[in-house]
Amino acid sequence: MGWELFYHEADEGIRGAGETLAEAFEQAAIALTAVVTEPELVAPRIPVSIEVTDDDPKFLFLAFLNAIIYEMAVRRMLFHHIDVTIEGSHLRGVAHGEPVDIGRHQPAVEVKGATATELFVGQKDGHWQAQCVVDV
Amino acid sequence: MDLSRLIQRGEYEWELPQKGSMRVPGILYASRALVEAMDEKVYEQVRNVATLPGIVGASYAMPDAHWGYGFPIGGVAAFDPEEGGVVSAGGVGFDISCGVRLLHTGLHIEQVRPILPDLMDALFNTIPAGVGSVGQIHLTDLRMSEMLRGGAWWAVEQGWGRPEDLDHIEEHGRMAGAMPEHVSRHARRRQCDEMGTLGSGNHYLELQEVADLYDPGTAERFGLNPGDVVISIHCGSRGLGHQIGTEFLVEMAKAAQASGIALADRELACAPANSEVGQRYLGAMRAATNCALANREIITHLARQTFAEMVPEADLTLLYDVSHNTCKEEIHTVDGRQRRLLVHRKGATRAFGAGNEELPPEFQQTGQPVLIGGSMGTASYVLAGLAENEERSFGSACHGSGRAMSRRQARKLWQGRKLVDDLRGRGIHVRSPSMRGVAEEAPDAYKDVNEVVESAEMAGLARRVARLRPLGVVKG
Repeated sequence: MGWELFYHEADEGIRGAGETLAEAFEQAAIALTAVVTEPELVAPRIPVSIEVTDDDPKFLFLAFLNAIIYEMAVRRMLFHHIDVTIEGSHLRGVAHGEPVDIGRHQPAVEVKGATATELFVGQKDGHWQAQCVVDV
Repeated sequence: MDLSRLIQRGEYEWELPQKGSMRVPGILYASRALVEAMDEKVYEQVRNVATLPGIVGASYAMPDAHWGYGFPIGGVAAFDPEEGGVVSAGGVGFDISCGVRLLHTGLHIEQVRPILPDLMDALFNTIPAGVGSVGQIHLTDLRMSEMLRGGAWWAVEQGWGRPEDLDHIEEHGRMAGAMPEHVSRHARRRQCDEMGTLGSGNHYLELQEVADLYDPGTAERFGLNPGDVVISIHCGSRGLGHQIGTEFLVEMAKAAQASGIALADRELACAPANSEVGQRYLGAMRAATNCALANREIITHLARQTFAEMVPEADLTLLYDVSHNTCKEEIHTVDGRQRRLLVHRKGATRAFGAGNEELPPEFQQTGQPVLIGGSMGTASYVLAGLAENEERSFGSACHGSGRAMSRRQARKLWQGRKLVDDLRGRGIHVRSPSMRGVAEEAPDAYKDVNEVVESAEMAGLARRVARLRPLGVVKG
């Protein structure tokens, strides 16, 4: 369905929408990259596995985003997209990206963490949506 | 913000009346224009903070308050642990102990102007800045724990700082009560290559000229004279603090949900200060504070090395180092009684006045330097704390100008390269790895810092001492 950034005065809101919960998460992950750089500038060269669990879909979303943020930080990578599978409370993902290239990516900010501000995970207007504000 | 819901208590003081589940009123310190320009979310967040258990006095907002998460940025709240008071990860923020320090250089503008572009290049090449940057220091787990206990003291012991700096840092360079054992493996992993790095976003190292004095007597005591060149460093606890904030925010939010605590906003995630999770958070948060103090000390060391090579006659001495995302245990007199409180300042600076025993002898007569960072094209300020403000806001003041628009809006309005060229035309040399980052940090994306500090002074939070004009900026 798609992703977008939404207004927050000091930080950035990220929103993903899809036919399934997993697709909404995938789209929100692209929005997360868009906070830092243009996603199309990132080559999906290296796969990185992500795995998180939570019974509450809202906290599962935060755990998912925080896992991506952690991998971005310690691997010094950016991700083009993430394939997500959700079974019950368990999420498995493979993030596809490459190491930060300052000249090419021109990354603006590090994302510090996902916040519970404007946090929403659920169905809206006939599709799944996942959103929150991330601290930059 | 709709002023009709506020009671004006003075030209620069506005009360958000206590009602509903609020335990105390809210107090906003700002001019009418600044309050009017504040987002409605600030109203909601000041009100929500006022509902938290054990809050004392009021839920305060500083003149630069804007929409944060849970607490407003520019929010101050104190809690009494002996009366069920809480500690809140959201009330400190992700960048624990983010702060500003100001260094004298011993140089005059006329000595620096001819070499300014080369000096900025050298600083940019020496101090790691921006997304993905790493430092020269790589910490093992054992050394990480030593750093988390020792703060700036640890950096000095390693040879990355001067002993005389330590008394010019809040907490005298080392926050007591740090518990590295509560800092997770993930937080340590995020930090092991990030010591001595600036970070990105609104973090910077800036060369500045002392442009105007408002209080010449205090300026003299602070060693600030017109034309002096000084250095501001703005950064925090890097990946370690971000990870600790992330982990405890979720843990506290879940714990509140599980125990049936009705939070007005999930992001107010908090725990009783004397609970197990509250104590664990305090231990980890204090360790992150030490990480920030060590980080700014190491960046100072790198700046000193650069100046020693480029301008040997320079002597970089530390005026003061303040943190503005903190939770500190402080003793305040409330209703005639001394109480030990946990004072949360999120995007707010401690501003203790003359005579406070926490301050070193040289600031006993003046109050502490309060360092206010502006945007890269405008100005920064040195203020001084006021003793009488300890009754107004537990001795707190603003921390910066605050954003006037989102990063996305700024990207649409400005181009980084053109901004760099325009600023160079005004004598301000910007060095940044990211032109997109520069666009998002455009000077006009921020509120008017002059109005913010004027409000701080008029509200009696701190008094203006000096205005600093930017000369060169290393942006992350």
